[in-house]
Amino acid sequence: MTAKAKVAIVGAAETERIGVVPDVSALEMHAESARRAVADAGMTLGDVDGVAAAGISPISVAHYLGITPNYVDATSIGGCSFLVHVRHAAAAISAGLADVILITHGESGRSRTGAPPRAADPASPQGQFEAPYGTLGPPTLFPMGVLRYMKRYGLTHEQLASVAVAQRRWSSRVPRAMFRDLITVEDVMASRMVSYPMHLLECCLVTDGGGALVVTSAARAKAVPGPKPAVYVLGTGEAAETPLVSMMEDFTTSKAFTVSATRAFAEAGITPSDVDHLMVYDAFAHLPIYGLEDLGFVGRGEAGAFIEEGNTSPGGRLPMNTNGGGLSYTHTGMYGMFLVQESVRQLRGEASAQVPGVQTSVAQGVGGMFMSAGTLVLGTEAVAGA
Amino acid sequence: MSPQQSPPADRPKAAPKPTPETQPYWDAANRRELAIQRCTSCGKAFFYPRSACPACYSQQVEWFVASGRARLHTYLISHRPAPGFAEQVPYAIAVVELEEGPRMMTNIVGVDNTPENLVLDMDLEVDFEPRGAQLVPVFRPAAKPAGRPAQSAAGRPAGTPAESPA
Ligand SMILES: [Zn+2]
Repeated sequence: MTAKAKVAIVGAAETERIGVVPDVSALEMHAESARRAVADAGMTLGDVDGVAAAGISPISVAHYLGITPNYVDATSIGGCSFLVHVRHAAAAISAGLADVILITHGESGRSRTGAPPRAADPASPQGQFEAPYGTLGPPTLFPMGVLRYMKRYGLTHEQLASVAVAQRRWSSRVPRAMFRDLITVEDVMASRMVSYPMHLLECCLVTDGGGALVVTSAARAKAVPGPKPAVYVLGTGEAAETPLVSMMEDFTTSKAFTVSATRAFAEAGITPSDVDHLMVYDAFAHLPIYGLEDLGFVGRGEAGAFIEEGNTSPGGRLPMNTNGGGLSYTHTGMYGMFLVQESVRQLRGEASAQVPGVQTSVAQGVGGMFMSAGTLVLGTEAVAGA
Repeated sequence: MSPQQSPPADRPKAAPKPTPETQPYWDAANRRELAIQRCTSCGKAFFYPRSACPACYSQQVEWFVASGRARLHTYLISHRPAPGFAEQVPYAIAVVELEEGPRMMTNIVGVDNTPENLVLDMDLEVDFEPRGAQLVPVFRPAAKPAGRPAQSAAGRPAGTPAESPA
């Protein structure tokens, strides 16, 4: 049943500094990440023949670096774009379109240094059918379904707060995380209300930073081993639901999560019980709840209690968001790159809050406000569970 | 959120800019009518306005005036004002489910926007508020629980006079 991985991630790195970095432009963060990821792979930029990027065009990134790529992927579908770039890279490398593909992210999300302006077109569907009602960025859009979820499943405000508490337990062990002090449910509930029912500590950070990945064929990874263990791409998925959060088919589940993850798990030949480590894009505290249910780790309505009971915390049976996530580690805007970075670190055994014996890791990304999704099943071996 | 996102207090509320496909919706709103579309092939009503039915892809679609009755499906309460909303903060941004089936984003008027006042599935009725020169649909608590006669879902052709108000 299980297919053999065709490609591997052989280089992965973040910018040296993340958090508040006003003295580096967004483009330079792509470039710095690229140089560090290529070095991590034991390669040079001259080995790269494909470039993928989001936020800034891969053409701009490639030219800035001095690369003339024969493969470019400008897929830009929100924060999960980089997971989808890995998926497309796997297909392209398998089809012989490229040998070594560099995927870059860099964003001056907090300092806005060299960052494109945030503009809303009043003639777009969002501009016509959402903006007139006072939307102001993700806090006024992304949590739209939380009250409906609470009514349907009985999720409590305390359980929602426990998502932030669990992730702070992880980030307290991660020196690079922006927030590292342990917090309680009471702390979360006492933090400023941003967008009811979401308190400040249930909303992601806004930071600067970048990251990059180098993807090549599994055959090349084996024939020319780099300085670090290769991380194999066992299964991938992508999906899109709606550009408008108000048009979600069901506000208690992400259709994009389900479609994308189902495909990735099937390709890898795994079930949730095979997963040692999980990353779920947490722009807000309700996303890990949706993710746990949509990916099949728990039943409908069970995720709040599952997290509250400590199952995703250090020592729990399903370590999740082990860097502290967007809530505590970093969140540049398109955070998905950092999901993959942490999965790679856990699989290599080099994470700050290392989980013992991680062989299979899943990274679940989201784009926009439940607009799109990307899923990666990654492993230490070329066959899942080998 | 970065401080650069904080809006100047003097900017007006965002106004929609119609496209050729959505113009009938906005024209109707300026007549204080909530006009949406229905597929004449499969019978489903849908929102937002577009040239074909998203359920069956048919281009046989027609406009009709919805009853204006809806239920509060979900919402959040923003504590940071978007441009033009400074005097209303905190204010709810809601999704309502129209009696005819489709859902849409809106604001809730005529009641303090508190969690206690805004109860999911409460009955609402359409009203209209200006955004620049354009009226946009908003919803207020229904004067009395909606009767929901089956025939009302059929609506009337857009642009025809309303029957005498109940
Ligand atoms: Zn139809």
